Amino acid sequence: MDALILQVLNGLDKGGAYALIALGLTLVFGTLGVVNFAHGALFMLGAFCAVTFKKIITLEQIVLSKTELSPWGTPLEIRTPYAQQWFGDFGNVLIEYSVPFSLLLAIPVMLFIGIAMERGIIKHFYKRPHAEQILVTFGLAIVLQEIVKAFFGANPNPQPIPQIFMGAADLGVMVGMAENVITYPKWRLVYLFFSLGVIAAVFAFLRFTTFGLVVRAGMSDRETVSMLGINIDKRFTIMFGIAAVVAGLAGVMYTPILPPDYTLGMDFLVLSFIVVVVGGMGSLPGAVLAGFMLGVVQSLASMTEVKDIIPGIDQIIIYLIAVIILLVRPRGLLGKRGVMEN
Amino acid sequence: MFNIPKKDAITFVLFAIVVLTMPIWLTPFGASYPALLQKFAIYALLAVGYNLLFGLTGYLSFGHAAFLGVGSYAAVWSFKLLSMNPVLALSFAILFSGIFALAIGYISLRRSGIYFSILTLAFAQMSYKLAYSVLSPITHGETGLQLTLQDPRAIDLMFIERGSSLPTSNLFGISMSGYSGFYFTAIILLIGFFIAQKITSSPFGMMLKGIKSNENRMNYTGFNTKPYMLTVFVISGIYAGVAGGLLSITDPLAGAERMQWTASGELVLMTILGGVGTLIGPVIGAWLIKYFENIFSAWNESVLHGFFAFLPDGFEDIVVTISSKFVGEGWHLTLGLMFVLVVVFLPGGIMEGARRIGTMFKNNKDKKTKQSSDSEKGEG
Repeated sequence: MDALILQVLNGLDKGGAYALIALGLTLVFGTLGVVNFAHGALFMLGAFCAVTFKKIITLEQIVLSKTELSPWGTPLEIRTPYAQQWFGDFGNVLIEYSVPFSLLLAIPVMLFIGIAMERGIIKHFYKRPHAEQILVTFGLAIVLQEIVKAFFGANPNPQPIPQIFMGAADLGVMVGMAENVITYPKWRLVYLFFSLGVIAAVFAFLRFTTFGLVVRAGMSDRETVSMLGINIDKRFTIMFGIAAVVAGLAGVMYTPILPPDYTLGMDFLVLSFIVVVVGGMGSLPGAVLAGFMLGVVQSLASMTEVKDIIPGIDQIIIYLIAVIILLVRPRGLLGKRGVMEN
Repeated sequence: MFNIPKKDAITFVLFAIVVLTMPIWLTPFGASYPALLQKFAIYALLAVGYNLLFGLTGYLSFGHAAFLGVGSYAAVWSFKLLSMNPVLALSFAILFSGIFALAIGYISLRRSGIYFSILTLAFAQMSYKLAYSVLSPITHGETGLQLTLQDPRAIDLMFIERGSSLPTSNLFGISMSGYSGFYFTAIILLIGFFIAQKITSSPFGMMLKGIKSNENRMNYTGFNTKPYMLTVFVISGIYAGVAGGLLSITDPLAGAERMQWTASGELVLMTILGGVGTLIGPVIGAWLIKYFENIFSAWNESVLHGFFAFLPDGFEDIVVTISSKFVGEGWHLTLGLMFVLVVVFLPGGIMEGARRIGTMFKNNKDKKTKQSSDSEKGEG
């Protein structure tokens, strides 16, 4: 039982990442009607925003000490990060919390990348077949991936967890269970709540703002909205930017869990596509639900008890679910009737 | 069987000449060594087969790498258990990839469009993951399946003694490495190309093209499109299986990474780059990508320095620094850029480009004659 709860928790934070990427994918598909294979690359770019931020913030000034000598007899090098010199204690805080602070960097950067991508390339593909959209965004994903590789190399770049989120939280105690039964890494909890927060923010944005109202109207009937004199294309472009930001933020916060390298995007892309399809193309709640569900199912399947019964199930369970859902209920869990159903 | 239209016959003969003389005309490009030539032939075959599915019917499959992998494994197992004969290995590759394609196709073809792509992708990923984990006894997981000295090789050992070194695949004594190996793969490629030609020009091929332009209408006119789709899916899968088998024949080592979905992606790239729906296009695409992969990726900064030596010193360094990002390790960047440009500007690939240039010349000629006739009229 305890193991079960633990696995569900384990699945939830992974599910959070899936849900965030799938949410962005669905937004793009629902608004622009574009199947975006470069969305995983956006997740990866977000993660590298964190890497860049940390690199900038930890730039060091090297001063040779006049009096002290290092063990090798050469003058001792004193390294002090510029951030520390300029901002004093706040600089130290910046370095310590580099991952959360890089969210601030990631938002404008991802918004810019998203809008540039939409205006630059994807705009020309609205009316083309889905196959060509897949192809061009796939090519784009390769390009983005290789650019990142050219700048950051092929090795993973581990990112630090802030001190107070290190270690594990004893969740069992909080609900009155014995100690050390259900412990869970604090950062993963942070990630879970962060993803829930972002999801809530996106839904609130769509639900409670005039902008969101127009976008939702455009999603259900684009032509009528544009006939009312609203420039719906412009709003959809911004939605693409927001989808890129969501993917990017998911990537930033995921860096302490999984050190990012340039293939990160591709690894998540296939999975998040399956999440979208399982949830139902174009359904936002479906994407979120399917994201968390598949995350949990995946981690349940990796329990040894399950693996003993069906060996190898943990490797393929997600794909298996996707196949079954596509065959039995092609519009996905919460997909609208008639949207891409055949 | 051999009564093909004259135009197709000419294409085939020209193609055969081009393929068989590859060792000669590729020498100036620095690509005329057996290992690369074999790859040219094998990947061309793969692309021709893939084009039968994607080019004729428009169904975008992301799962062909799985068939490639199955073909490879089948061939290596045939080497290990029975004989080093490539024909036997190919028959096993055909058999197993055919069965595999039948099973996957039967399920995946229940959906069309993007769902079909995702279903094939899901199956390919499942095969890849299983090959890495649970099926390790069959696939030898990460190390890859390879020949050992203790292999049973039942048929071979009836005739010859077990040698002290690893055997190489041979067709009744003709070694399958080096140039003879290339000619073996080239002949298989020609056979495959011929069959593809026949399929494209047959009523069956017309039916497939009909599915591409409008599947609903095909259904309304009374054709059940599913059996046609399944047939072509299996044929296309067998092509991939044969290509996988050939990869094993020329180099008896099969690894699971051949089944990864990026391998399918590369195949799609080849087909698109060359020209979807044309027979020659995918072949050209496959050759270009394999050429770049082998030649570009071997370039490094010193090669570039030699190349740009004519430029002024400071400028040379800048040019070399920039261009070094596009070759060597970073050749995928070139590939990706090329691919994006092709999809955006030339959806029909290189073949469409060639056709456009062709019609441009033709139009110029037409315009000139038209203009001259117009001006004559004006004067009159």
